[in-house]
Amino acid sequence: MIFLTRKAEFSAAHFYWNDDLSPEENEHVFGKCANRNGHGHNYTLEVTVSGEIDPVSGFVVDLKVLKDIMEHEVVGVYDHRHLNHEIPDFKTVIPTTENIAIAAWKRLDGKIPGAKLHKIRVYETPDLYADFYGQGAL
Amino acid sequence: MKAFLNRRYHFSASHRLHAESLTDEQNRNTFGKCNNPFGHGHNYIATVRLSGPVDARTGMVANLADLDRFATDNLLGRYHLVNLNTLPEFEQVVPTTENLAIEVHRIFGGFTDAFLESVDVEETPNNSFTYVTPSI
Repeated sequence: MIFLTRKAEFSAAHFYWNDDLSPEENEHVFGKCANRNGHGHNYTLEVTVSGEIDPVSGFVVDLKVLKDIMEHEVVGVYDHRHLNHEIPDFKTVIPTTENIAIAAWKRLDGKIPGAKLHKIRVYETPDLYADFYGQGAL
Repeated sequence: MKAFLNRRYHFSASHRLHAESLTDEQNRNTFGKCNNPFGHGHNYIATVRLSGPVDARTGMVANLADLDRFATDNLLGRYHLVNLNTLPEFEQVVPTTENLAIEVHRIFGGFTDAFLESVDVEETPNNSFTYVTPSI
């Protein structure tokens, strides 16, 4: 088995807010991220798949195909959007880096022909990133 | 759902690799340029890797503001812009990046809001060391 990782970038706005908490509690828990006007990041999405190398092509998965799936399922959906206001994934879920990784997993799992989704890594900044390996994994 | 949160912290410090148990010549042979008596420095990057269920209330494995506050108080306050050899933890232990990674891991062992998976310390972009929490 071999692992293959492809990166893509998207830029989006978000804020952190839980309607079940009071405004004071939201500000206490989320700090500056609770500003409801939002702020933005240049995110990097890293998708790692596992599989066997096709003896004819030498590929685990055709990189162009993987790129197109990532673009269609995640990057094209999230890029230059406000995650809280425009993306249904975050209607009831706070768009933290952890939750973006889980949402990207749900969008990509089962969609990559010939390979198994192994890991989603989402960088919010070079110094902050989250990993998700699927529900019940690890 | 279990997720992993990775946070990088930057600090700059000086050190000298020198073992009291070795002769000056043995130290020079073992540590080379790193044995320079005046020391030298690096821009270190420590990556702290935590895991746990994503809290439905906050959407987080651990509150980042709390983690950053802990890091400022306990990591950066201790190691940023200091000479590592002057610290008690490196009095008997050579401040190699291996030993530094173990110390940084020990520090973040005190942050109990999520499980500490590992600590990685990058000494230069070409050179990093990872200490993984031993399984019990």
